Amino acid sequence: MAILRTSVDPSSETFRANREAMLAKIAEVEHWLGVARAGGGERSLARLRERGKMTIRERIETLLDRDTPFLELSPLGGWGTDYAVGGGLVSGIGTVAGVECAIVGNDPSVLGGAITPISGKKTDRLLEISRINRLPYIQFVESAGADLRRTTESAEDELRRQMNHFAESGRLFHDYTALSAARIPVVAVVFGSSTAGGAYQPGLSDYIVMIRGRSKVFLGGPPLVKMATGEDSDDEELGGAEMHATVSGLADYLAEDEIDGLRLARDIVAHLNWRKLGPGPSLPPDEPLYDPEDILGIVPTDLRTPYDVREVIARIVDGSRFEEFKPLYGRTLVTGWASIHGFPLGIIANNGVLFSEESEKAAQFIQLCNQVDTPILFLQNITGYMVGKEYERGGIVKDGSKMINAVSNSTVPHLTVILGASYGAGNYGMGGRAYDTRFVFAWPNAKIAVMGPAQMAGVMSIVQRAAAARTGQPFDEEADKRNQALIIDRNEKESLALYATGRVADDGIIDPRDTRTVLGITLSACHSAEVRGTDRFGVFRM
Amino acid sequence: MPRISRLLVANRGEIARRVFRTAREMGITTVAVYADPDRDAPFVREAHLGVALGGSSATETYLSIDKVIDAARRAGADAVHPGYGFLSENAAFARAVIAAGLTWVGPHPEAIEAMGDKLAAKRLMDIAGVPTLPSEELSDGSPEAIAAAGAKVGYPLLVKAAGGGGGRGMRVVRVADDLVAAVASARREAGSAFGNDTVFLERYLEGARHVEVQVMGDRHGNIVHCFERECSIQRRHQKIIEEAPSPAVDAELRERMGAAAVSAARTIHYDNAGTVEFLLDNRGDFFFLEVNTRLQVEHPVTEAITGLDIVREQIRVAEGDALSISQHALEIRGCAIEARVYAESPANDFLPATGPVVAWGEPAFHGLRIDSGVATGSQVSIHFDPMLAKVIAHAPTRAEAAWKLAGALEQLRVHGLTTNRDFLVNVLRHEAFLAGDTTTDFIERFDPARTRTASAEETRAAALGAALAAQSVRRAEAPFLRTIPSGWRNNRSTMETVHYSIDGSPLAVRYALRRDGAFDYECGEARGTVRLASFEPGRPGNMAVEVDGVRHQLTITTSGDQVWMQGAGAEVLLRELPRFPVPEPEQVAGGYAAPMPGKVLQVAVAPGDAVSAGQVLILLEAMKMEHRITCHDAGTVTEVRVVPGQQVERDEVMLVVDTGESA
Repeated sequence: MAILRTSVDPSSETFRANREAMLAKIAEVEHWLGVARAGGGERSLARLRERGKMTIRERIETLLDRDTPFLELSPLGGWGTDYAVGGGLVSGIGTVAGVECAIVGNDPSVLGGAITPISGKKTDRLLEISRINRLPYIQFVESAGADLRRTTESAEDELRRQMNHFAESGRLFHDYTALSAARIPVVAVVFGSSTAGGAYQPGLSDYIVMIRGRSKVFLGGPPLVKMATGEDSDDEELGGAEMHATVSGLADYLAEDEIDGLRLARDIVAHLNWRKLGPGPSLPPDEPLYDPEDILGIVPTDLRTPYDVREVIARIVDGSRFEEFKPLYGRTLVTGWASIHGFPLGIIANNGVLFSEESEKAAQFIQLCNQVDTPILFLQNITGYMVGKEYERGGIVKDGSKMINAVSNSTVPHLTVILGASYGAGNYGMGGRAYDTRFVFAWPNAKIAVMGPAQMAGVMSIVQRAAAARTGQPFDEEADKRNQALIIDRNEKESLALYATGRVADDGIIDPRDTRTVLGITLSACHSAEVRGTDRFGVFRM
Repeated sequence: MPRISRLLVANRGEIARRVFRTAREMGITTVAVYADPDRDAPFVREAHLGVALGGSSATETYLSIDKVIDAARRAGADAVHPGYGFLSENAAFARAVIAAGLTWVGPHPEAIEAMGDKLAAKRLMDIAGVPTLPSEELSDGSPEAIAAAGAKVGYPLLVKAAGGGGGRGMRVVRVADDLVAAVASARREAGSAFGNDTVFLERYLEGARHVEVQVMGDRHGNIVHCFERECSIQRRHQKIIEEAPSPAVDAELRERMGAAAVSAARTIHYDNAGTVEFLLDNRGDFFFLEVNTRLQVEHPVTEAITGLDIVREQIRVAEGDALSISQHALEIRGCAIEARVYAESPANDFLPATGPVVAWGEPAFHGLRIDSGVATGSQVSIHFDPMLAKVIAHAPTRAEAAWKLAGALEQLRVHGLTTNRDFLVNVLRHEAFLAGDTTTDFIERFDPARTRTASAEETRAAALGAALAAQSVRRAEAPFLRTIPSGWRNNRSTMETVHYSIDGSPLAVRYALRRDGAFDYECGEARGTVRLASFEPGRPGNMAVEVDGVRHQLTITTSGDQVWMQGAGAEVLLRELPRFPVPEPEQVAGGYAAPMPGKVLQVAVAPGDAVSAGQVLILLEAMKMEHRITCHDAGTVTEVRVVPGQQVERDEVMLVVDTGESA
């Protein structure tokens, strides 16, 4: 297989400037990760320790096999919202007793582990990942229940109140049992309270571990019972671990303390007799020939500056080997075959705007990957599909539709990394989050929006100017300028990678140097399920 | 006499291997005999032929004349070499060998017999004019007779077994009151070791040196001496460091002692290798102790300084040849020191240790000889002597030899067992030893440190090396994600943590992989950077860690939760604590547990007995030695869980004493 060559000059001024800019962005992400790790803050964590409790991260670290990787998902979910960074919940993929599992736990230091829209969204995403990739699901339960506060009067909250109702909620419980029905075991360790509706979270798990003196699982607490029936009761009688282990049978295992509970969870996973259904890595997993560190200096600070995406591919694939498919046709889209950590895959990477040829090439390549059960990696740096008279006449909508049809119906695992721009339908066609993509990660410099801020402001200005002309109104040039500046400013903010990741619109921002590692971990997770392509696509518009 | 073509060695361990080596060099086919526990021992594997003797104890096997003679017949052997110990000084055995038409590689049976009874030997030497120490027989076993004999010899005195050596059945008695008990105990031990419980009393010379002379005779009447060896460094009356020549013997004294030894040998028409043992006092007077009519454990130091192969001479004279050497042709070249490496615990009164040899590795360099009986995977059982190897260094001067031997011992890889290695190193580097101030009470007088303690830096390198090596093994054995960086996190909240116990003290090691391939570490209070410089999972042995820029070459052995790390300094044994601890089994309050595996000889108390501190509760026999389990807190015996003759495991509770304190 051909080995990619590089023309990067690490001594150039551009390289140095790019690197510095990227390091600054990484530092910003690192800062927010620190905030997420702090959870509910030092005081809350100290209070947990005083009560002999581990923090959520300590629990997860203790559960994992030694020296195995842990990929935390959406660690900055909640960024820029009214909720804590991290959303009061830690989720990710890790190895437990030799089995790759989806692991999730409430952070009791944040609002007592209450369920918030952010933690709910992270939970939904992990359930989806667990289901699609066939990963056993381990949950640590310690939650105050739903967050009943009305935190702000912000427009966002108001919109949510207008659009959502209690009767739509609770799907979570359905999903636990659906996992179980799909022969994916669900293990719950109850570290604290799990009451009222929350009691169904362990209740709908396949295995329940409760901890003596700690776990409390009941539908109604002592006050509610008193109000409902007049009966006097205490927590332990209503739902203590010992009662559930000896009387109700809700608890399958009784742990002496937290660490014992984690030991039992590991024992449970160890007995699952778990076999991965994918073929696993089959090619040499040697490191790339070029240092991934170079990526920092390769990627331009300004997304409009073009660069050859092959320089990035050369730094993430095994041995920098890449067999390019159709290299001379549709040149702004790079397609080809490579492997990462030994997992074979097809790569579709942007090297400019998408034209008809590129769209057709992508549709063909996706079908080829499906024909031979090969996962696809999308490397997004895309401003969109080409517009203009010539291109519309050339059938860009027809051809773009072919690509989106292929992406939508493809059944091999799709992984997406947003290297820079991700605008408009380009995001969809290149394996966007809404297209059943197994995992989507963004680099810190990524921008995700329906279109670029300047284009958005310009379009708005032209439309308003035309409207004014139609109605004969005078056009306020000053107001237009102020308006354009506002739109650009807001769009800039909302297209930031942090903004997207704060809304759990991806699976996290990653350090570009970790791209190969993250893809290796996620490819392995994908291979837990069967890796199988399809020959059934929607009708391709010819 | 016909040439020997197939030689059976009626022995085991290092001496069997040593005899086989010379036999092979002489073109002789080798035959091993072995007890069941020795089935896979190196000496069995190295012999051309082997015959199982059947059974585990010495009595059933290496001490069984019939079985050994039968084995020789079945293997087609035409000669028998007895080694040392076991049947080597048994005249009946020598006669049986000869009667079976085999060549006996040793002195004629009458010489063995004459010297076998230590008392008779002394009388013979008196007559020959060799100086001896006052001694008394104990023909009458009554306490009165024993006391009278003690008074005649004078105190301090030594109770000695008439039928054997090696420190077995030997007791120093300083006051008359202790004599009767010492005699009883010595008799028991001698009886079990030699099948002969006759003991006698001999004046004990304090502050003397043990100096012995190697002699060689042939059937043509030639007798030479091969100079002296000094074997003063002893514990439990057993030699642990021997050297030649003695730093206390000058040319004139050497001449006199050599002449005395030759005349002693001549008295009994000695015709093979033997050793005449003397005590040498600080005035230069020497006294006859005994003649060992066999190859001696410490013969290699003589071989080193003379260039002789004593086993070769033994075989040649047994074949009827004349000695290949004459007295005037023998000369001393340089200095040689031997250290005996034992499985034992110097910190615990040199109590023998048992268990598997998890890893064994011998250094090799010029002037170093290692005669070992074990290899990786060997088991040291309770049935036989726990000596693992003899390490012999030869150098131009005594100081160089001592230093070289200490260094070689440090490089000896013996993991899995407690050994006296560090103690030997401490003795060899002790300034009194280097000054030649070696007497039989050297250990009591100078009390060299029993163990070595690793420095903080050595401990850190060992702990980090152990943690990173284990990490590397886990990564290599991972069923998937094997090529992903170790312990990778995209949002790191903690480092990987391993808890070790070193000599009972906890030590936490934490590490996290950096982008540059090194690890950040925390080890106890220390923080820094460590790199696993070299390690191959699946091929343990040598490894290297670079701790804060300093590279440490280490050897690593892992067995279960134990890790032995050996570097330039002291060896470090780490026990990895479980990540998910399980509760410890309950300790029995007031329980007396066996300190080592062994056999119960006697239970001195019964349930209901009131016992006081210091009182003997149980006598335990282990490694052929007697151990007293004494009461440490007065109380009442509530439970006796063993009976005489019962085998017990280490830490097995044998009896319980209620001290009246409720837990």
